[in-house]
Amino acid sequence: MELTCLSKGDGFHYPPCHMLNLSGFRILIDCPLDLLALTIFSPLPCDVGIEAYGQNDQNPIQKKQKLERQMTPDDLVCAEPWYKTVKALHLWEASLIDIVLISNPMGLLGLPFLTQHPRFCAKIYMTEATAKIGQLMMEDLVSMHMEFKRFHGPEDSSFPCWTKNLDGEEVPGVLKNLVFGENGDDLGSWMRLYSLDDVKSCMKKVQAVKFSEEVCYNGTLIIKALSSGLDIGACNWLINGPNGSLSYVSDSIFVSHHSKFFDFHGLKGTDVMIYSGFSCLQTAEMTENDCISTMSDKKDERLAASLLDNEESLGELEKLAFVCSCAAESADAGGSTLITITRVGIVLQLLELMSDSIESSSLKVPIFVISSVAEELLAYTNTIPEWLCEQRQEKLISGEPSFGHLKFIKDKKIHLFPAIHSPNLITSWQEPCIVFAPHWSLRLGPSVQLLQRWRGDPRSLLVLEDGISSGLGLLPFRPISMKILQCSFLSGIRLQKLPTLLSLLQPKIVLVPDVINQRINLSTMKTKSILSYSENKTLSVGRIAENADVEIMAELATKLSWKKLRQRENFGVARLKGDFVMENGKQRLVSGLDQEESSGKARTLRHWGSVAPETLLESLVKMSVTGSIEHRRDENGAEGKSIIYITDPSGGMIETSEMGTTIITDDETLASKIFQAIDGILDGI
Amino acid sequence: MAIDCLVLGAGQEIGKSCVVVTINGKKIMFDCGMHMGCDDHNRYPDFSILSKSGDFDNTISCLIITHFHMDHVGALPYFTEVCGYNGPVYMSYPTKALSPLMLEDYRRIMVDRRGEEELFTSAHIASCMNKVIPLDLKQTIQVDEDLQIRAYYAGHVLGAVMVYAKVGDAAIVYTGDYNMTTDRHLGAAKIDRLQLDLLISESTYATTTRGSKYPREREFLQAVHKCVAGGGKALIPSFALGRAQELCMLLDDYWERMNIKVPIYFSSGLTIQANMYYKMLISWTSQNVKEKHVTHNPFDFKNVKDFYRSLIHAPGPCVLFATPGMLCAGFSLEVFKHWAPSPLNLVALPGYSVAGTVGHKLMSGKPTTVDLYNGTKVDVRCKIHQVAFSPHTDAKGIMDLTKFLSPKNIVLVHGEKPSMMSLKDKITSELGIPCFVPANGETVSVASTTFVKANASDMFLKICSNPNFRFSNSSTQLRVTDQRTADGVLVIEKSKKAKIVHQDEVSEVLHEKDHVVSLAYCCPVKVKGESDDVGLIKQLSEKISETVSCADEIHESETCLQVGSFKGSLCLKEECVHRRGISSSCSEVKFLCCNWSVADLELGWGIINAMKQNL
Repeated sequence: MELTCLSKGDGFHYPPCHMLNLSGFRILIDCPLDLLALTIFSPLPCDVGIEAYGQNDQNPIQKKQKLERQMTPDDLVCAEPWYKTVKALHLWEASLIDIVLISNPMGLLGLPFLTQHPRFCAKIYMTEATAKIGQLMMEDLVSMHMEFKRFHGPEDSSFPCWTKNLDGEEVPGVLKNLVFGENGDDLGSWMRLYSLDDVKSCMKKVQAVKFSEEVCYNGTLIIKALSSGLDIGACNWLINGPNGSLSYVSDSIFVSHHSKFFDFHGLKGTDVMIYSGFSCLQTAEMTENDCISTMSDKKDERLAASLLDNEESLGELEKLAFVCSCAAESADAGGSTLITITRVGIVLQLLELMSDSIESSSLKVPIFVISSVAEELLAYTNTIPEWLCEQRQEKLISGEPSFGHLKFIKDKKIHLFPAIHSPNLITSWQEPCIVFAPHWSLRLGPSVQLLQRWRGDPRSLLVLEDGISSGLGLLPFRPISMKILQCSFLSGIRLQKLPTLLSLLQPKIVLVPDVINQRINLSTMKTKSILSYSENKTLSVGRIAENADVEIMAELATKLSWKKLRQRENFGVARLKGDFVMENGKQRLVSGLDQEESSGKARTLRHWGSVAPETLLESLVKMSVTGSIEHRRDENGAEGKSIIYITDPSGGMIETSEMGTTIITDDETLASKIFQAIDGILDGI
Repeated sequence: MAIDCLVLGAGQEIGKSCVVVTINGKKIMFDCGMHMGCDDHNRYPDFSILSKSGDFDNTISCLIITHFHMDHVGALPYFTEVCGYNGPVYMSYPTKALSPLMLEDYRRIMVDRRGEEELFTSAHIASCMNKVIPLDLKQTIQVDEDLQIRAYYAGHVLGAVMVYAKVGDAAIVYTGDYNMTTDRHLGAAKIDRLQLDLLISESTYATTTRGSKYPREREFLQAVHKCVAGGGKALIPSFALGRAQELCMLLDDYWERMNIKVPIYFSSGLTIQANMYYKMLISWTSQNVKEKHVTHNPFDFKNVKDFYRSLIHAPGPCVLFATPGMLCAGFSLEVFKHWAPSPLNLVALPGYSVAGTVGHKLMSGKPTTVDLYNGTKVDVRCKIHQVAFSPHTDAKGIMDLTKFLSPKNIVLVHGEKPSMMSLKDKITSELGIPCFVPANGETVSVASTTFVKANASDMFLKICSNPNFRFSNSSTQLRVTDQRTADGVLVIEKSKKAKIVHQDEVSEVLHEKDHVVSLAYCCPVKVKGESDDVGLIKQLSEKISETVSCADEIHESETCLQVGSFKGSLCLKEECVHRRGISSSCSEVKFLCCNWSVADLELGWGIINAMKQNL
């Protein structure tokens, strides 16, 4: 097995990407887009007439000074955005990938780039929910991108023209870094966005699975998706092959309030576990004192219980409630709230909580959801109880919809619009309001216009995804007087829970990212061996299972003719002939064509031991074959060959030594007699 | 190892489905139904056969319910709450959501309206449903270390599944009720090609073969349309879930198209409530519905209204869906009592009616009066229309499924004995699969597949995975066949796992030294005419390929030739030890010194004899 980490990603929106070589099959795990890199582009100006022309008459000296001063919105690239894919993936020949596993909708966003490739022929697996939500997200991305296309006009060049002004001295380092990468070789990873047709043809190639559904690839690998709890439909993978089992565990959430919990019981006892939870590194909280050593003796149930404590999930609920209360406060003060979060589970929970809290208060604030896919996505999420957490499944049993938004949409408390210029939007528009609008990068979609509208209003509130405000995200909107709330929601396994998880799952070999191995001491674990892997390096793991198992069909096994050995009584040997098949990940021997003949009296083909010439002659004499023995010594005087000259019934000769026996005659019957005699002395098969 | 299939219910009959299958020692119960046509103790399966002491927890590994019909789930609260079974119960998400509705509805009808003694209470239903573990399609569940179960789409009603169960190497499928054709709101049954030892199939329509459903749909719509156009009332007694939705979709569509304003009613809140579940469980419906639901949920019926008791005698035409089906009790029967005497009215009976119900009486023959359960008689002057869309597969469907799965054995349940027998004959004669039709209380035993497990050496596996292509020129085209056979040696040592090795490795495994037994002979060959050594080898090789049948590939080089393990080279020695009898005096005689292994014994003799003839 070989693992190459192509990218360790960056948080929830940019999951890690790996290439795995297992039993000779090349498996790509996830194919994400680095959407944070979009922030190098400047958003579409709200009012072209005034802003675009007013700022162009800066002289070069002023530009130069920018190096020392802060960056201005002008530094951003004003062009139709390109999209940054995983760089290292371009180094692999697309036609040599056998399997693509997609763990969550974020990991799907870059897949159309790969499936566009004319020689791409891999089998793609993902859960049904991931396929549906991911497709909606891609369609939304394409439709948001259309605005740029309309603004900048058609550009057919396959060369990213927008980069030509970026290598100048005066260009800020942050920008250069994002475009060209730290080593300056990232340029090749920028791609023009795919089209709706590309998305469609990509999705046609997908085989959607359910949680815990076993799919068999090529009769050899059994692949199974197990819930990871990260978001609706997100999963970890379990792969069983003839050479052992492998689990791939990425960012997971133990207790979720929307999706099905992290199904870790199904991952127990695998031969290899690849741990790829990078998001725990973003929140630095692990301290030296965190005690992990005492856990090794605890029972499995108690370990599991300690993983499933709801402290984390309560914390998440508190965060959500806090966002709601902030929104309510702003509304009280007459300000609007713009929520740019696009994590499906979080949005659904926020919608539910917001509507509830507005319902119970005296405030009359409308909620708008503006997205080209809002209607379909919200309708879809109420038809998938199988993919949700248990509390929401209970709702199905009692006949309530899984998420509360349905009722509010009917009561006209939540309004859904496909775009900001939708005809009905203006008639129902009313401020203050609460708006859910993509995109979280603040470069695409209705959030841009709304942000430009409200940025000067100190009463309004902007709710952001984690990490966007620290970079270039807010640059084009400065100065900004809106209140800003940046939310970091749980998006993986906390570092201090990792040792407990590992002692529960007990894989034989664990592969952890080097960055995690540096942060936490895992050497006390029960696991046999811990290997660390790094980005863009290939880590090879030797074979784990000693010998591969082969299953012999019972009908075949009963037909075998066993030979007892004279020399070794504990052993039994039998010739085995059959058809070797590989099915459902198992190697099997089933009855073949020439089974019948071989099971009868087959000739002994292999012998072992040695023949004493005297004994051989003795048994030959019994068969009325007579002859004489001549011993020959080799040059060193040691016992060498012996030769038996046969005189009767016909001429012949037997040469015998430690190594073997040669029968020299042209008489077939004599040869078979000698052969029979040897058979009677030596063990063989 | 064997598989035992004990039929507790629905053996040679329809009703109270319950089959207990023992696979390699694990007992699995499929369905736990109630007989709708029985009032006495016979309505439940006879659980006492399973365990005299009533300790079902240790007898049964798990219980799986295939769908929410009463004849499949009806006895569940009784079995878990009254008999005390506490083990795991599995059913699909829709079945888990809808079964309590069905059970509660049935309980109410039985207790409130027919005045029977309570068999189980509402609390029983609730606590029983709490034990249920929901299943998703194709989700593979490891019940315990050995037992694995998986559900497949059966299409019979919303959430109906076929169940695959596997213990060790033995596997079976229990189909429950299924439908092999798509209808308006449900898809057709869908299952993988599995290796099965036993298939337990329903056989409700074991001898019927249905044509297209469209003429039947048209007939039904015309009958209802004619009735309401003539000012009559159409009564459609059906269960709240299943056919009600199917027919309602059909009628709702037709009403839209024909612009009919006659009201369509649903008798109970149950159906309305059920429609809500249907809206949430879109993923279990047909492809058509799934695609449409974003823009318009097909279970939002435009022309359907709630029915009130006072409307029974209201003038004017209407269509009424009333529960329960089969006219076995309850509201539908009450409405029937009032509407049956008018010749304007229509009773359309969808689906199957169990013997003993009023529905069954109406279907069999044309009665002018019908006895109701409490002894009152009703004149039947209304029209009777039998709606022949059943969500059950027809005989062709059963045959198709059996052919597709090709199980080693098949057991038929859930059908009427005479037609089951004729289907059995058909299966045994056409497909050659042993088929059984056990009655209630009978057990069928079949053998199960087992595999012997062994470790295989790398060399063996490597040789197994090398293809062994054979090319043959048949009259017009080149045929390539892979004739590889795995050829190895199985070695067992006391108290150790068996090992498969290549024959070259045997001695190593046994800690012995190889002893090669071979044959040798320095054979005289005659030189024909003037030719050098190379020419002689050529001549010989031609001769060999002409006369020796199994010598396909002869390699020649200079003064040597090789066929398989047979090696021959021109002998230059004056006195070769391998030469017997003939002296090298004759100058025209050359010698080929030959050596071959035991494996090619016949080949070697063949070549020697061929060369001798040449002398």
